[in-house]
Amino acid sequence: MGDARDVSDCGRRSTCARKGRTAATLKWKYPMKIGVVVFPGSNCDHDAWYAASHNLGQQAEFVWHDSASLGSVDAVILPGGFSYGDYLRCGAISKFSPVMNAVRKFAADGGLVLGICNGFQILTESGLLPGALVRNRDLKFICRALPVRVETTDSPFTCAAQRGQVLHLPIAHGEGCYIADDRTLDELEAEDRVVLRYVDNANGSLRAIAGILNKERNVMGMMPHPERAADPLMGSTDGLAILQSLVQAAAPVSR
Amino acid sequence: MTAAEITPELIAAHQLTDEEYRRIVSLLGREPSFTELGIFSVMWSEHCSYKSSRLHLKKLPTRSKLVLVGPGENAGIIDIGDNYAIAFKIESHNHPSFIEPFQGAATGVGGILRDIFTMGARPIAVMDALRFGALDVARNRRILEGVVSGIAHYGNCFGVPTIGGETVFEPCYNGNPLVNVFALGVFKHDEIFYGRASGVGNPVIYVGAKTGKDGIHGASMASAEFTEEAKQKRPNVQVGDPFMEKLLLEACLEAMKTGAIVGIQDMGAAGLTCSTCEMGSRAHTGIEIDLQYVPQRETGMSPYEIMLSESQERMLIVAEKGREDEVFRVFRKWGLDAVTIGVVTPDGMLRVKDHGRIVAEIPNRALADEAPLYNRPYTKPYRPAPLEGPALPGRNSRAELEADLIALLTSPDLCSKRWIWEQYDYMVRTNTLEGPGADAAVVRIKETGTSVAMALDGNGRYCALSPREGTKLIVAECCRNLAVVGAEPVAATNNLNFGNPERPEIMAQLVESIEGMAEACAFFNTPITGGNVSLYNETLGEAIYPSPVMGIVGLMRTARPTPIHFQNEGRTVVLLGGIGAADHEHFGGTEYAKVVMNALWGLPPALDMAAEKRVHDAMRRIISEGLAESAHDLSDGGLAVAAAECSFGPGGIGARLDLDSDLAPEFLLFHEGPSRILVSTSEPGKIVALARDFGVESAVVGVTIKERLQLSNRSQVLLDCAPAAIKDQWQTALELRLNS
Repeated sequence: MGDARDVSDCGRRSTCARKGRTAATLKWKYPMKIGVVVFPGSNCDHDAWYAASHNLGQQAEFVWHDSASLGSVDAVILPGGFSYGDYLRCGAISKFSPVMNAVRKFAADGGLVLGICNGFQILTESGLLPGALVRNRDLKFICRALPVRVETTDSPFTCAAQRGQVLHLPIAHGEGCYIADDRTLDELEAEDRVVLRYVDNANGSLRAIAGILNKERNVMGMMPHPERAADPLMGSTDGLAILQSLVQAAAPVSR
Repeated sequence: MTAAEITPELIAAHQLTDEEYRRIVSLLGREPSFTELGIFSVMWSEHCSYKSSRLHLKKLPTRSKLVLVGPGENAGIIDIGDNYAIAFKIESHNHPSFIEPFQGAATGVGGILRDIFTMGARPIAVMDALRFGALDVARNRRILEGVVSGIAHYGNCFGVPTIGGETVFEPCYNGNPLVNVFALGVFKHDEIFYGRASGVGNPVIYVGAKTGKDGIHGASMASAEFTEEAKQKRPNVQVGDPFMEKLLLEACLEAMKTGAIVGIQDMGAAGLTCSTCEMGSRAHTGIEIDLQYVPQRETGMSPYEIMLSESQERMLIVAEKGREDEVFRVFRKWGLDAVTIGVVTPDGMLRVKDHGRIVAEIPNRALADEAPLYNRPYTKPYRPAPLEGPALPGRNSRAELEADLIALLTSPDLCSKRWIWEQYDYMVRTNTLEGPGADAAVVRIKETGTSVAMALDGNGRYCALSPREGTKLIVAECCRNLAVVGAEPVAATNNLNFGNPERPEIMAQLVESIEGMAEACAFFNTPITGGNVSLYNETLGEAIYPSPVMGIVGLMRTARPTPIHFQNEGRTVVLLGGIGAADHEHFGGTEYAKVVMNALWGLPPALDMAAEKRVHDAMRRIISEGLAESAHDLSDGGLAVAAAECSFGPGGIGARLDLDSDLAPEFLLFHEGPSRILVSTSEPGKIVALARDFGVESAVVGVTIKERLQLSNRSQVLLDCAPAAIKDQWQTALELRLNS
């Protein structure tokens, strides 16, 4: 295989095939292009860019929050940070950024959108994902690597992982406690949309939820930082399970 | 302009002496205006002018072949090779943090970050040295919580990892906590910017946050003792906006890339006043500004208030004439104010106008370079402790010694500070190779593939017993901490926290400490490239211990730092440097004396700098040859505490150590003699031989084992405990005390 991307060993390729994507977005080229949105106050944008370009070997580019278009990206990452200082409510102002219209459209067309930490908060504020993220149970910012269990591999973000696999991923947030009403939570579980669950629920999230999917399964939000566990020098490469799934999922079903 | 009459009371209220006022009149050739009086008072404050310390700071070594920029700029700069450099400095925010802990600490972080990125470097690491009063006092717990959340608030939002530091508790910091923040940034050699207003006719541009009434006279406040009225100074504390600072960082670095910026300086202490006159003074130019153009947060601010405001997140830029738009465009993109407020002139004057009317006109040099310089009288250092101390408790049972170890491990000074550092994002930017809890913090430099290590240390108890020897021990410990992770120390920054220099016995502490620092930094080849002096750390006449804090930076030869914890069972444990000497006189500054005996006496541990350096050299060689599986230096709490900390790894690997010593058990287990490192290895023979080559004593003291920590002397068991159990107590001690 002359392809530098290691996708051959994915036994679950079919589950990665995107549902309902348009022909235009199916045009796949190597390397895939990952757009990292930069909001004023994003501070994990560079980390996501570095993980995507250096640790994954893909093409990564920054997309300024003021852009009306995402350009020709194959997937979008909304990175961590404190967009607009998070002074009102985390993500509450970012949802009005022009780029979010483009992200909504991209998601509606089946494009892959991964929101990490502040990115997850922006996705819930934007209505792309249900629920909300509120102050941690102990009201303190927590920076710690935690065991997180992969609850489903039927997603483009976990298709390279194993169901039940425990990933050691860092969290770093003050407002990461996931909440939603019981009906929403039941629905998330019934539809197999809880992707990641804390083994050690440090922030008090309802049902220990660490990451969820939208109904169409092409948008995921997660509080842990996979991009911080993507380099052997950083002590863990467990985050690659998420990022590599993304690459795998963006590949066409037949080449 | 407020036509306030200059009365002796007004002069005194500005903390200027009569003699200083006469000097102002003679420099100006006339009486100053009210605004001018304010300008002089902040620039000539202890905080900005270093008038009590400057004479002695000259004794410090400041050069080496790696030093690109030394003291005098906003931060020192060191060459790290591959055309890259690092900028770093430490600064205090002690007084504001006492008055308003959250904002005081937050703006302390903000201020030092601006010092780094005003030079063109992107901040990649922060560390903090914190000192608080005893935790059983409720107010001290509130100050701790406020300071920690202030640091977290600012650093986390800004996106710089807080990767280490130290926190110590002593009653002497009851009315005077210390918050010293160290920051380090990285850039290329050709990306260095200076705070110089070069080029007559060039525009002077104000960027960043608007100017408000906050922080007026902050620098003067930081130059006086506290009295009962300290809380009334709360309006003198600035309010920080880390989001604004993040935007300012990105905008400044982007604007610098346009090539249109000639000089840039942040507005920190003394705000617009300091940045204008310092930039002019450095370039031998004048600056003329009109305050009507300064972006203001509220209406009706007087020239005095605008010039003295310490509103945060502001910068002053001198751009190339005709290229202003390139700068404006960048700041507009980031949604920030950028306004031309003046011009560089040839006459060397700081000329401040308000709607065209001159309100201040002072030679820049008079403010920045001709501040008073005092050779304050000094006697013998004030000694808060006797030479003789109480007798040792005479421990002779395992149970007693184990209780002592637990007492030490759960003491506020030695317990795990996880409760603190988990509130800091220590991983953002994905460079943290060694974070909080390590002997030294290590970040990789992605651009070069190399790593930089940094250690922060202070020891008020040692310095109280001997400012000179105590300071040398601090330098030695920082360098040892760097050696333990495999780094070579290359440069240092210092924060001198002392009491009132007008008291000769306090001034003597400062002088002796600086002299000890000069001697040690010259010896360890760690020139001081900048720093901060914080005097008048006294409340109601009660001075803090002399508390110099060192931040020393080292370069790594290896990719990965050596971990603290024992990694595998069945490894040999070697005590590099040997068991060391101890006696009663040199035991009075130890944590054992403090925690178990509740006393302070005698002298700090004896240091032989040559022997210390040999240990460092040997350690680095051991690491570079891949012989050390773990390494941890012996410091506070001595051998027993160090061995316990080595056993607190996730694998639960402890050790069985059998020593061979004539020392009393308290000395043997808990003395804090320097120059010692505990190493675990599968190649003890090679380490012992290598140590011998370096002229370093070493002792094979035992073996790593699962789930036990045993220390004996000549087969008599002194300690025997389960690491997991004591680790749990060590890890939760701080939280328990805070919640009690």
